[in-house]
Amino acid sequence: MEFTRRDTLALGAAAAAMTVLPFRANAATVDELINEFTGGADVADSGVTLTAPEIAENGNTVPIEVAAEGASAIMVLAAGNPTPPVATFNFGPLAGSHAASTRIRLAGTQDVIAIAQLADGSFARTSKNVKVTIGGCGG
Amino acid sequence: MISRRDFLQASMAASALVGASGFGNWGRLAAQQSLTQDQLLQFDTFGNVSLIHLTDIHGQLKPIYFREPEINIGVGKNKGEVPHITGADFRRMYGIEDGSPSHYALTYNDFTALARTYGKMGGLDRIATVIGAIRADRPDALLLDGGDTWHGSYTCHHTQGQDMVNVMNALKPDAMTFHWEFTLGSERVREIVEGLPFAALGQNIFDAEWDEPAEAFPPYKFFERGGVKIAVIGQAFPYMPIANPGWMFPEYSFGIRDERMQEMVDEVRAQGAELVVCLSHNGFDVDKKMAGTVKGIDVILTGHTHDALPEPVLVGDTILIATGSNGKFVSRVDLDVRDGQMMGFRHKLIPIFSDVIAPDASVTRLIDEQRAPFIDQLTEVIGKTDTLLYRRGNFNGTWDDLICQALIEERDADIAMSPGVRWGPSVLPGQDITREDIWNVTSMSYGEAYRTEMTGEFLKVVLEDVGDNLFNPDPYYQQGGDMVRVGGLGYRIDINKPQGERISDLTLLRTGEAIDPSRSYVVAGWASVNEGTEGPPIWDVVEAYIRRKGTVSLEPNNSVKVVGA
Repeated sequence: MEFTRRDTLALGAAAAAMTVLPFRANAATVDELINEFTGGADVADSGVTLTAPEIAENGNTVPIEVAAEGASAIMVLAAGNPTPPVATFNFGPLAGSHAASTRIRLAGTQDVIAIAQLADGSFARTSKNVKVTIGGCGG
Repeated sequence: MISRRDFLQASMAASALVGASGFGNWGRLAAQQSLTQDQLLQFDTFGNVSLIHLTDIHGQLKPIYFREPEINIGVGKNKGEVPHITGADFRRMYGIEDGSPSHYALTYNDFTALARTYGKMGGLDRIATVIGAIRADRPDALLLDGGDTWHGSYTCHHTQGQDMVNVMNALKPDAMTFHWEFTLGSERVREIVEGLPFAALGQNIFDAEWDEPAEAFPPYKFFERGGVKIAVIGQAFPYMPIANPGWMFPEYSFGIRDERMQEMVDEVRAQGAELVVCLSHNGFDVDKKMAGTVKGIDVILTGHTHDALPEPVLVGDTILIATGSNGKFVSRVDLDVRDGQMMGFRHKLIPIFSDVIAPDASVTRLIDEQRAPFIDQLTEVIGKTDTLLYRRGNFNGTWDDLICQALIEERDADIAMSPGVRWGPSVLPGQDITREDIWNVTSMSYGEAYRTEMTGEFLKVVLEDVGDNLFNPDPYYQQGGDMVRVGGLGYRIDINKPQGERISDLTLLRTGEAIDPSRSYVVAGWASVNEGTEGPPIWDVVEAYIRRKGTVSLEPNNSVKVVGA
């Protein structure tokens, strides 16, 4: 939480947005996107894994990985971003592994959500809260 | 009067829970006569493996005073659990007699009087004696260093950690993990690590670009000791690029990565490990959560949060050891490992009373060699204190009150901020303040004292952000420091609220007026994690202030109102 004059000026512009931390999910949009992906089907709590840091080292490039055994598709949403859709990974019948990793940009502390369509056509969901902090003081 | 029996009960596992001893009977004790080195080192060697744990020395080669915290609040599942128990409650819990050596070493009350009675603690030459005695019992004991070693003093700063490397090498550790070491810059860290005669471990140290394990820091190392195949897995501080300046080590990424920790445990077990030890710099509550998540770790040697516990904490079948900081303690853990299983343990947190434990002469010589080129600068008296100067506590300490006052006056600011680090020894009332004392609480590779403007709104954002690093109920979201210290500013904090709602009633102390969210205030601070921060070094600011004052004296600080503890 220490700033140079220059950084503070830059941060000043963002301050209004930062005071509403943690970022609120755009619930309507996220629900709509999930419904669109699942066609309204039930979504189970297990079957897909999402690996992401608890606290992002850099909110502009957060490494994440999703995996679901036998999945045909995995959709990733950043619930608190102005535009929640991040990516949908599609796996063909010959895919050797049903996992994908990428880096995403997070506008602030928020839930990252992964929804997978599994081999039997059912859906699974998981989420992880990723904190984007302005830096701090170490012990 | 302390008896040998009382002291050992407080020091040893399981048998120590003997209830409270009498209160109100402490006086000035003939302490040093009643304590002996043999008594401090007494240990009935047990089983077939010994671990010796050191951590968070923060550059302290010589004995120091170090006051433990009064305020150390636990949240979520850790509310009211160790290490979040302090003072008389801590003594009652462990059956520690008031006025005893353990009282002085482990709790904050009556610190000045007890410090005068029992003297300084620590000193790597005393620690060398303790390690030597343990090795005499168990020649193949493993010595493990939990990190925060190459940081924290005048000589460490001016030699870029070389003084600590030279002296630690003489103690012959078997492995180490890291935190502040990386603030030397990645090039310097790699240079030291390449020449290190022991393992530099960190399963969570990754290459930032490829997000793959960093080659220079293996995840684990195997040792064959007492006929037992032991795997030591390293866990560096997870939040280095966030809590410290990531631009100083841009090639590296960290994180808790407990999934990989599980993979590593499974991997070493598959390779025949009979005992799995995690040498960690996670911080105690993070380790406690990790112990419940990752299966198959026998012992976690914890670090980072500077807690000293006279008994291990058990989570399932995992024992957690907490060895304190600044060289005050060494932990010895004897283990009975048979048929690939840990069957039992015996533990002692050995307090390093520097007037009781004889220094190892060769290590004293080596320490003095490191200090010799700087001795005139180190010993120069800058001023004097009327008040006990200490740092630890969740919200403030007199050292940071002094630093904040120096920032406000020397830098002509409304408000000052000082980082909530947990290192930095204490200075007793009536003592001289030397340049070494100032560096012990300020030295770092990014100590520039900035001066800037922040709006009232932004000040709240900063306090909320740091507050969540400390009081998020999930330990995995905590960074292990204390609250940022503020000067010239008062506030109220409700620790149980979510981020954004904890902080209220911000007040500019100079005028007593409420902070205006839209107004700008001049803020002076130090230890910015941002690249390109400009300003004079904090140690020069503090030195100029103390020199000007001659004698410093601090009033009790009541500017933070804490709710929900």
